Amino acid sequence: MGRALAVIIWIITALSVLMFVSKKWWFPTAISEHGPALDRQFLITIIVVGISFAAAQIGLGWMVWKYRDTGKAGDRGLYTHGSNRLEMIWTVVTAVVFISLGIMGQSVWASLRLHDAPAGSYTVEVVAQQFQWNFHYPGKDNVFGKTDPKLIDDGSLNFVGLDESDPNAKDDSVITALAIPVNKPVELRLRSKDVIHSFWVPPLRFKQDLVPGMEIKVHFTATKVGQYELACAELCGQLHFKMRSFMLVLPDDEMDSLKGLPQAQFQARIKELLAKYPITTD
Amino acid sequence: MSETHEGVHRHPAPTGFIRKYIFSLDHKVIGIQYILLALAAVAVGMTMSLLMRMNLSWPGTSWPILGTLFPTGAPGGVMNPEFYLSLVTMHGTIMVFFVLTTAPQGGFGNYFLPIQIGAEDMAFPVLNMMSFWVTLVGFIVILLAIVVEGNQSLGEWFGALGPSFVGGSGTVGPIGGWTGYAPLSALGRIAGPGQGAGMNLWVISIAIFCVGSLLGALNFITTLLNMRTKGMSLMRMPLTCWAWFTTAVLALLSFPVLLGGGILLLLDRIAGTSFFIPGGLYVSGVLSGTNPNFPLHTGGSPILWQHLFWFFGHPEVYIAILPGMGATSHILATFARKPVFGYRAMVFAIFAIGLLGFFVWGHHMFISGMSPYSAVAFSVLTLSIGVPSAVKTFNWIGTLWGGRIRFTTAMLFALGFVSLFVAGGISGLILGQSSLDLAMHDTYIVPAHFHLVMGVASIFGMFAALYFWFPKMFGRFMNESLGKFHFWITFIGVYSIFIPMHVMGLVGMPRRYSQFTEYAFLNKLHPLVLFVSISAIITISVQLVFYFNVFWSMFKGAKASDNPWDATTLEWNTSSPPPHDNFAGVLPTVYHGPYEFAVPGAPNDFVMQTDASAEVISSNGHNGHKH
Repeated sequence: MGRALAVIIWIITALSVLMFVSKKWWFPTAISEHGPALDRQFLITIIVVGISFAAAQIGLGWMVWKYRDTGKAGDRGLYTHGSNRLEMIWTVVTAVVFISLGIMGQSVWASLRLHDAPAGSYTVEVVAQQFQWNFHYPGKDNVFGKTDPKLIDDGSLNFVGLDESDPNAKDDSVITALAIPVNKPVELRLRSKDVIHSFWVPPLRFKQDLVPGMEIKVHFTATKVGQYELACAELCGQLHFKMRSFMLVLPDDEMDSLKGLPQAQFQARIKELLAKYPITTD
Repeated sequence: MSETHEGVHRHPAPTGFIRKYIFSLDHKVIGIQYILLALAAVAVGMTMSLLMRMNLSWPGTSWPILGTLFPTGAPGGVMNPEFYLSLVTMHGTIMVFFVLTTAPQGGFGNYFLPIQIGAEDMAFPVLNMMSFWVTLVGFIVILLAIVVEGNQSLGEWFGALGPSFVGGSGTVGPIGGWTGYAPLSALGRIAGPGQGAGMNLWVISIAIFCVGSLLGALNFITTLLNMRTKGMSLMRMPLTCWAWFTTAVLALLSFPVLLGGGILLLLDRIAGTSFFIPGGLYVSGVLSGTNPNFPLHTGGSPILWQHLFWFFGHPEVYIAILPGMGATSHILATFARKPVFGYRAMVFAIFAIGLLGFFVWGHHMFISGMSPYSAVAFSVLTLSIGVPSAVKTFNWIGTLWGGRIRFTTAMLFALGFVSLFVAGGISGLILGQSSLDLAMHDTYIVPAHFHLVMGVASIFGMFAALYFWFPKMFGRFMNESLGKFHFWITFIGVYSIFIPMHVMGLVGMPRRYSQFTEYAFLNKLHPLVLFVSISAIITISVQLVFYFNVFWSMFKGAKASDNPWDATTLEWNTSSPPPHDNFAGVLPTVYHGPYEFAVPGAPNDFVMQTDASAEVISSNGHNGHKH
């Protein structure tokens, strides 16, 4: 029985490790500036995790393989209550390894979350609602028109409550897809109209909740032109599973061509671009 | 500290059926009641996971029986998204509260803590009875939460409590996940299906559960501190008792916070307060304050709910698993025929886990919008909780080292616990890093992690405990052949279910999606989703063998002697099952530490704690008794 259990534990361990090492199911290629650093931190972590996991399981398997009861009369186990030296060693070693990992793991976080967006970042306001994403672009004046919850009217398509009487709002556009420039810092100002949603584009390697009552700023730089799926990652109600939108990362010329377009043309142009770039899935 | 209170809590053995088996004051009966409650709850929770897996693998398929049972949730037999999400919610709630918090602590803890410390009963038998019955009421309310919206007449009946209680809207159960994040959970019907009367009952059920757990926790702490028999010093207690004690302390400190949060949430829902609801919300086409269905709310904080919830929720993880750790240590030593390796370190590790468990709740909230600076502290503290967890693992393996292992079913499940605890716990090193959480949060690697470690590992601890203590509780063994069959399939099955979920998370598959049909980037995962579902169906089916084994063995199992496993602790020092007062009027006196196996020179390979004749010189000097 002990040998069977050992073999099963070892097979499970090997298959589990293989599932990661084969990379058949893996992250999509990172398309953000911080992505490779995050992937590197993941790789270091998964190596530590993989070695610890395999070592513990192999050790456990070895014990049940080797120390089974043979039923010999008078044969007894080792009488020991432990070893303070061993306790010290494994406590210190795991503490050093685990806490170092934890500290190393702060660098990507710090670069994204403990610093403001660089000056001159391309800024879009994201306003989520049950089961739709709205993206509010400031237009050529780079100033967002005023918004007010009292002016929100989904029926007449004023999804973000844009105040049309504000001069800054004249050139603003609100559409349901996100278009950003490649290789330029982008700042998103995240808001929600109703419940908590979460902004999730897997190749960007970050997520951020959109919390009603708050405006949360995040920044990143996308490094690869293309179209990517945007998903909601926080349970927001009945149709959470299809709260889908798209993110277009565009080269400079195409980004420039969007500038200053009035709402209707902006929307039409985005539609063309969405058709032009196939969805990247890996 | 160790003293006896003879006669203080003695109550005569009841004679009538009702006082003996229903409203019993006997901790042993109450323990069995908790275990039966958990067995009922886990059957419901598991059936729900079966339905969820069916929907995820074969979305849009018509299952006629589903249509008959749930005409609103599965019209024409096809499960709708709101039914799926209410299954997610109820599965999590039932499993975490009514299974993982009841059986390990209320069940086995209730039955064995007093016996293992040599007491006649719990300190407060009436309180103990109340804690069970309060918990049972909580369970009934959670079941009502599933059906109140679907059932017209039940919905009307509850409507007497107030307009927000009117059910019968035709949807199925509350939708919010077991975490019930506000404001979705706070807004009421306006926020969509699953936010009506069922959600009220969900909150109420959890509040009731908190009360029951608090009563239990007080009892455990008092009993352990005051009622240990002569010679039972703290460091002679079995590790199970340390685990139950620490669990009770965690429960005492964390459940009041959830209770408070739950009351505030209920007030937001039914009394128009705004603890968790900010101003200016526009929900389902209606602005807050402009419509009687959506009163004016202003100034609340959604993140406050998350802090209150996770301040409870993270310790809750340890409430679920610490008793399993205790049982595993206990069973490993017994069947390895060796003292526990590093008993003192094990005690410290239990404490360290319990203490650190209160300072890491923020790792559930890295991306919630809380201060990014606090994330740094939460992240490093979270990684450090891996240290006592690793210490425990090393000591379990150390306990096996040089042993003479007997592979009973209980032992197999205890070994499975160690394997699963490592497999599930170790991914905490990934998820605990705020940077990596940016990618991992709310993807399938999270359910993979917590199902392995707090779900399945804890359940393996309970399986081990049940196979191990069954002969003591019922005087009969569970069938070992069925038990081993149950172990092998379950052990391989749970790995097949949860390891693939890790890589689904890497691809980016979000949790709590009722279908994976809408996103191109998820298409390549479909074979894996199918594999997981088939593994789940097989694993769940095999649990029927377990249920059969439990109930068949109660009446037909092979008769067990008082100490069938050659074990050392006090529960094996009395009859199987023990008499009403546990030790037939004579409280035992303890002379040794709890795990004196393989003592050189002793006549047997085990020395019972009550054995006054044996001389044991413990190698590190603190367990031993010399005379």
